[in-house]
Amino acid sequence: MATLLEMRGITKTFPGVKALDNVNMKVEEGEIHALVGENGAGKSTLMKVLSGVYAHGSYEGDIVYDGDVKAFRGITDSEDVGIIIIHQELALIPLLSIAENIFLGNERANGGIIDWRETERRAAELIERVGLKETPRTVVDDLGLGKQQLVEIAKALSKDVRLMILDEPTSSLNEQDSEKLLDLLLEFKKKGMTSILISHKLNEISRVADTITVLRDGSTVARLDCKGGISEDDIIRDMVGRSLDDRYPPKVDHTKDDVAMEVANWTVHHPLHPERKVVENVSFHVKRGEVLGIAGLMGAGRTELAMSLFGRSYGRDISGEASINGQPVDLSSVRRAINAGLAYVTEDRKTYGLVLDQTIRRNVPLAKLDAVADGLVVNKSREAEVAERYRKRLNIKSSSIEQETVNLSGGNQQKVVLSKWLFADPDILILDEPTRGIDVGAKFEIYTVIRDLAASGKAVIVISSEMPELLGITDRLYVMNEGRFVGEMPTSEASQERIMSTIIKSGDRT
Amino acid sequence: MSDTTNTGASAPAGEQAKASWRFLKGHLREYGILFALIAIMAFFQIATGGILLKPVNLTNLILQNSYIVIMAIGMLLVIVAGHIDLSVGSVLGFIGALAAVMIVNWDVPYLLAGIICLAAGAVIGMAQGFWIAYFRIPSFIVTLAGMLVFKGLTLWLLAGQSVGPFPSQFQLISSGFLADPFGMDGFNLLSLLIGIALAVGLLVLSIRSRQSQAKTGAPAEPFAFFAAKNALIFVAIIYMSYLMADFRGLPNVFIVMALLIAIYSFVTARTTVGRRIYAIGGNEKAATLSGINSKRLTFFTFANMGMLAALAGLVFAARLNTATPKAGATFELDVIAAVFIGGASMSGGVGTVVGAVVGAFIMGVMNNGMSILGIGIDWQQVIKGLVLLAAVIFDVMNKQKG
Ligand SMILES: Nc1ncnc2c1ncn2[C@@H]1O[C@H](COP(=O)(O)OP(=O)(O)OP(=O)(O)O)[C@@H](O)[C@H]1O
Ligand SMILES: [Mg+2]
Repeated sequence: MATLLEMRGITKTFPGVKALDNVNMKVEEGEIHALVGENGAGKSTLMKVLSGVYAHGSYEGDIVYDGDVKAFRGITDSEDVGIIIIHQELALIPLLSIAENIFLGNERANGGIIDWRETERRAAELIERVGLKETPRTVVDDLGLGKQQLVEIAKALSKDVRLMILDEPTSSLNEQDSEKLLDLLLEFKKKGMTSILISHKLNEISRVADTITVLRDGSTVARLDCKGGISEDDIIRDMVGRSLDDRYPPKVDHTKDDVAMEVANWTVHHPLHPERKVVENVSFHVKRGEVLGIAGLMGAGRTELAMSLFGRSYGRDISGEASINGQPVDLSSVRRAINAGLAYVTEDRKTYGLVLDQTIRRNVPLAKLDAVADGLVVNKSREAEVAERYRKRLNIKSSSIEQETVNLSGGNQQKVVLSKWLFADPDILILDEPTRGIDVGAKFEIYTVIRDLAASGKAVIVISSEMPELLGITDRLYVMNEGRFVGEMPTSEASQERIMSTIIKSGDRT
Repeated sequence: MSDTTNTGASAPAGEQAKASWRFLKGHLREYGILFALIAIMAFFQIATGGILLKPVNLTNLILQNSYIVIMAIGMLLVIVAGHIDLSVGSVLGFIGALAAVMIVNWDVPYLLAGIICLAAGAVIGMAQGFWIAYFRIPSFIVTLAGMLVFKGLTLWLLAGQSVGPFPSQFQLISSGFLADPFGMDGFNLLSLLIGIALAVGLLVLSIRSRQSQAKTGAPAEPFAFFAAKNALIFVAIIYMSYLMADFRGLPNVFIVMALLIAIYSFVTARTTVGRRIYAIGGNEKAATLSGINSKRLTFFTFANMGMLAALAGLVFAARLNTATPKAGATFELDVIAAVFIGGASMSGGVGTVVGAVVGAFIMGVMNNGMSILGIGIDWQQVIKGLVLLAAVIFDVMNKQKG
C-alpha cells in the first residue's frame, strides 16, 4: 500500500490556545484510518487544516498528499484533489431537495441553466449507492438524521472523492443507522477509497479501523495498527493516558418512596401537522433519588415529550396532567417549569443550548441569572466564580471562562450546556442524549454527576439512544416507540435484547 | 513597553510587547472606533483651520446630534435583540407634530404635552413591538409599515403646514443651558465642575472595574493601554467642558444625553435585563429554553425605542422651534448607521451603548466638518456611506482573522 497522506509537524494556534502542537499523521491508500482523542484534543482542528478550512499559512507544518506538498488556500483546493470533509455539524439546506443538496455548488448545468433531468438521474444513482431509499425530490427536512448523514455522503461521492473525512458521523445516529453507515465505509474501502473517521464510539473504531492515530492535548501520542485486532481498552489507555477500569460509576440505588413527578395521559400534536400525534397518551412517574431512563429509537418522540413538558417548547394541542411532589403544576411556560423545579438539557447544543458568541462566563448562569445578581444588577465576580467552578467541576477544556463557546470543541460545548442546568439546581432534571459527542473519560465524569444528583435526592430522567449507557446508569427504564410508552422495567432486569424486542413487539401490534 | 505591569515584572520585555500586541489585536474594534473618532476630529480640526473645536461649534455639534444619539441608544437595544426599527424617523416627526398641535394650537401646558408625547411614543413602540414579539412578524416589515403610517399621520396632523413657534420655555429643552450659580462673567464655572466630576467619576469606575477584573483573573488590558485610554478620556472630557463653559455652558440636552448614556450603559452591561437582551439576540431559542421571556423583552425593547424616539422628537421640534411635515425624514438611516459603525452586529447579540454613541458622533463630526468645509450634501452622503461600509468591513475582517 502506498502512503496517500502524510501530515508532518502540524502546529496550529488560536489566540491563547495551542490547539495542535507538532502533530504527525500518516494515512495509507485504501485504508480506514481512525482519529481518536478526548474532547478538545484537536481532532476537528487537524481535519480543518487538512481540508483547507484553515488556509495554508495559518498553521505550521507540511501536508504531503499523493507525493506532493500541498498548500490549500480553501476547501475548493482540497476538493479539487479529492479530499472531502463531512463536518461534525451537518451542513445541508433543510428546505431543498436531496438532489439539490447533493449538487449544491456543483450544479449539473449547461451554460448556467440547470439540467434537472441529469441532476435527478445522477442523484438517484448516488442515493442508490449509499443505500438510501428515498426519491431525489424528497425535501431534506423530512428526513431523519441518519438519512441526512447518508445524503452528506452521497454529496461527497458526487465530487470524485479519494479521501473522505468523517467527523463524528455517527454521534447522532442510532445503532442501526450507525451500522449501516459503517458497512458503507467498508464497502467503499473495497473499492479503494480511503477514509478518515473521527468517533468517540470506540466499538465502531475497533470494528472498522485499519490504523488509529491517537491525539492528546494537541499532540500525536500513538499510532496503533489494528491488523491483529484491537481492544477498546487499548485505545482508551492511549487516549486518556491511563486505563479506565470501569465505564460506569458504581450504582447504589437511592430511590426514595415519594414520587417527584408524575405525568398522566400526556398527548402532543405535531406543530405543523396538527392531526399527527407525536406523543400519545403517555403516563409515567419518577421518584426522588431515582435515575429513570427512556429508551427508544431515534424518532420515537422522546425529545418531543421532554420539550412539551418543559414549558410547552414543542408541539401544539398539548393535553394531560403533570404533578410535582403530589401537587398539580402549571408547566405552560419555560419560566414556570423552571420555577416548578424542572430542567431540560437539550440534545441540540448549538440550536437550543448555547448563545454561541458569548463566553462560558455568560452562558453558565443564564438559566438562573437572578442567583448571580443583587436585585437587577449582575454581580460580575459571583458570576465569574460560578462559571469557574463549573469549568473545573466538569473539566471544560478552554483557555479561560472568557472563551467564547463557539470556539470550544463539540464535547466541551456540551459540558457548558450541562453546567448551565446543574447551576439552575432543579429537582427534576431531564437529560436528552447527555453524552453525545463526549469522550469516554468525560462520559464517566458525567455519569458520576448524574449518580451524585440522584444520591442527593434529585430525580434524573435520561433520554439516550445508547442502550449500554441506559443500562449502566439508570435504575428503571421506560421504552418508548412511535409516541407511546410500550414497556417499563427495572434496569436490573433489562437487557438490550429485551428493550429491542419490546420495541419490535409494540410495532407489530399496530 | 517596560511599564506594562500585568505580565509581571520578571517577564522579558519582548514577551510583554507581544502580549500587548496580542491584546490590541483582540480588542482592535473597541480601540479602533475611539481612534477613528479622534482621527476624524483631528482631521477636521486641521482642515477647518480650528473651527471644529471652537466653543460655539462644539456646542452646536452636540445640539445637532443630540436627537440622533438619543435614538441610537434605543436602536442599540433593538439591534442587539436581533431586530431593526425603520420607523424612528417618522415617529420623531410625528411626535414633534403632536407636540406642536397640542401646545401651539390647543394651548395644552407644555409639561403635560411633553408627558403625553413620551407616552404616545411608548404606545407606538408597543403597538409595533406587539406584532413583532407575539406574532413573529419580521421587524423590518412592521417598522417599514410604521414608517409609512407615521409619515402619513404627520402630514395629516399638520395638514401639510408647519406649526410653530413654541413657547420659550419649551424651547429650553434644546436651546437652554445650565444656569450658572457662580455668576462669573462669560464663563460657566458649574459646567466645568460638572465636566470635572464626570471625568473623575469615569476614571474611578474604570479603575474599580480593572481591580475586580484582576481579582477574577479575566484577561486585563496591558497597563499602558489602560492608562493611555483613561488619560485620554479624562483630558478630553475636561477640555471639552472647559470649551463649552467658555461659551454658554453645558446645554440642557447634554445633561439629558449624558444621563441616558450612563443609565443605558449600566442597564446593558450590568443588569439581568441587559444580559437577557444580549442572550435573545445571540440565540433566541436557547434563551427561551433557559427561561428567558424573550417575547416580553422584545416587546419592551420596542416600547423603549418608541419612547426615546418621542424624546428625540421633542428635542428636535424644540430646536427647530416648529414642527414640519418633513421632520425626521431619513433620520432612521443615520441612527442605524451609527449603531453599526459603533460595532453592533446585524445578526444581533453584539454591540455597546458607548459604541453606538461614538458611532453617532463620528457621523455628526463628519456632517459638521464637511458642512464647514463647504462640501455639498451630495458628496457628504457618498462619504458617509463609504465610512459605514468601511466600518462594517473592518468589523467582519477583524472577526475572521481571529
Ligand atoms: N476558532 C477557535 N478559536 C479558539 N480556540 C479554538 C478554536 N477552534 C478550536 N479551538 C480550541 O482548540 C482545541 C481543539 O478543538 P477541536 O475542536 O479540534 O477538538 P476535538 O478534538 O474535535 O474535540 P471534540 O471531540 O469535543 O469534538 C480546543 O481546546 C478548542 O477550544
Ligand atoms: Mg470535534
